[in-house]
Amino acid sequence: MLTATEKSKFVLSGQHFMNGDVACAEGAIAAGCRFFAGYPITPATEIAERMARRMPEVDGIYIQMEDEIASMAAVIGASYAGVKAMTATSGPGFSLMQENIGLAIMTETPCVIVNIMRGGPSTGQPTMPGQQDVMQARWGTHGDYEIIALAPSSVQEMFDLTVEAFNLSETYRVPVFVLADEIVGHMWERVTIPHAESIHVVNRKKPTQLHGEDYAPFQPDRDLVPPMAVFGQGYRFHATGLTHDERGRPRTDSSEAQTRLVQRLCDKIRKNKEKIIQVENVMVEDAEVAVVAYGIAARAGLSAVRKARATGIKAGLIRLITLWPFPDEQIAKVVNHVKAFVVPEMNCGQMVREVERAAKGTPVAFLSKLGEEPHRPSEILDVIGEVLKK
Amino acid sequence: MTTEELVHPYERFLRKGMIPHIWCEGCGNGIILNCFAQALDELNIDLDNVVVVSGIGCIGRVSGYTNTDSFHTTHGRPIAFATGVKLANPELKVAVISGDGDLFAIGGNHFIHAARRNMDLKVICANNFIYGMTGGQYGPTTPLDAWTTTTPYGNIEHTFNLIHLAAACGAVYVARWTALHVRRLTESIKKALQKEGFTFIEVVSQCPEIFGRYNKMETPLKMIQWFKQASQVQHFSDPAKAEITPNKIVVGEFVDIEKPSYGRLLKDMTTRAKQR
Repeated sequence: MLTATEKSKFVLSGQHFMNGDVACAEGAIAAGCRFFAGYPITPATEIAERMARRMPEVDGIYIQMEDEIASMAAVIGASYAGVKAMTATSGPGFSLMQENIGLAIMTETPCVIVNIMRGGPSTGQPTMPGQQDVMQARWGTHGDYEIIALAPSSVQEMFDLTVEAFNLSETYRVPVFVLADEIVGHMWERVTIPHAESIHVVNRKKPTQLHGEDYAPFQPDRDLVPPMAVFGQGYRFHATGLTHDERGRPRTDSSEAQTRLVQRLCDKIRKNKEKIIQVENVMVEDAEVAVVAYGIAARAGLSAVRKARATGIKAGLIRLITLWPFPDEQIAKVVNHVKAFVVPEMNCGQMVREVERAAKGTPVAFLSKLGEEPHRPSEILDVIGEVLKK
Repeated sequence: MTTEELVHPYERFLRKGMIPHIWCEGCGNGIILNCFAQALDELNIDLDNVVVVSGIGCIGRVSGYTNTDSFHTTHGRPIAFATGVKLANPELKVAVISGDGDLFAIGGNHFIHAARRNMDLKVICANNFIYGMTGGQYGPTTPLDAWTTTTPYGNIEHTFNLIHLAAACGAVYVARWTALHVRRLTESIKKALQKEGFTFIEVVSQCPEIFGRYNKMETPLKMIQWFKQASQVQHFSDPAKAEITPNKIVVGEFVDIEKPSYGRLLKDMTTRAKQR
């Protein structure tokens, strides 16, 4: 991939005032992304526009495909040709991408998919925020699998977590989602882009096996992740969306092959959960009520928690940075002192079900928000007061 | 004769671990693969630089059988996938070998846009008039009145003329042969492999088992006889008139033009962008 000098030349180190979409594009470039395929869609278009301008400057490729199905397919192709690749979209495009997201999962393709979430279903509210696609990210493509999804709640995190998304996708050979709501995507804030050498960048493992007939491109290491050969290096390997064995050969009639492959695709994420999951806990140690939130709702949640503390209520915030795999343990370990959870989301109740599952009987209050406005801290504060009365 | 002596002349083009193939006896897919291998052989192309991409369907399995880097995509998406491969590594020769349903029904949008962009891809379509893998449903090239499992009263849909479509979308090289025209097909593949830009070769191919059997051509031979009797070589004739009917299959080269490829324009644009 890139040399240190090349890397520093392309990273816009310094202080910036930019929106979340642009910060996301810069994060991708800093992570080594050199291929972007996409299709215009509000409110993610600014990512495409930034990449169209920046990719030629950094010797990368920008291509506007005919739709999001093609965009996702092209991203997988580029990744198999050895280039870090990304696409960005919103709900309707995300729906179209699901088919080839499944292909990326099955062929263990490192790639990043950004979804700047707007209001759905269908065309919904293109310019309004939403957090309605978090379950679609988890279960949108058919079959059984594990993916990784991150939820930035600031413009700085749009940069940082896009870098992290690439690192995770390269480490685990899995599609990684950056699930941002429209507010985080369009909000302007100060962003610090570090010096290139201080940005942690992970590149996929390369095979050490010899070329030839016995080469097994899907033979995992002990971390359950196979090193990745890329096209054009003499490995002459085959990859398929069909259930396959370690050598990439279709195995459509073997229960054993199906079990071995699909279970490993799940296990390589499940067994590395501790390394993957990030949450930010604020004043949770002694909390009697915990707000569990992500994205823009977490910012209102933090404000509400601070207001509650000012009135003597022991409130805390568990901010989900990783949505998938879901941080069960991080919720479960606070139930000995937390009497109730409050979950504000810009949907009709999606991650709240995961919180309920992990809370194992501890009451969970849900606070829905649809349309233009995010939650107000005062609304969350009211619910904090109510759950403590019960 | 010992078994060691029984080596196929193109064995080095085949991924032995994948053989035996899944195709039926008498299928045209093997002929297409053979012609592709012969073209690579005669051009002495380094197989390490070739990527074969296919979609879903009977011919979709071809990528598994070629001893190159290869990828078997989702249904209809080989061209979109191949676009990513070619752009990410322009040194690679990227061939898409897929079927009529894959490329022109579910994947039609990708075909027309890749042709419009003049993306440097070598597309070969095995047109067998039918969805064979799923047991014989009609597709975008199924002839009018044909019997398929989903046209039990005869097909009432007009067909795509793939040659006309490819030419109209901007492909720089367009040819049609049947699986009978082995020598000419090989020559066309060689031409396409050497030409920069989006090339398209339609191979009218026999599916005796799923198509012919139900449409008065019960054996592979009968289908081949149809190709032999009906084919008319009409080089550079009007693609709009390149019909396929029971009595006439217009074959030949239809388009061979020069036009800057996407890759070339991209390179120029990148140079301009970096000078700013």
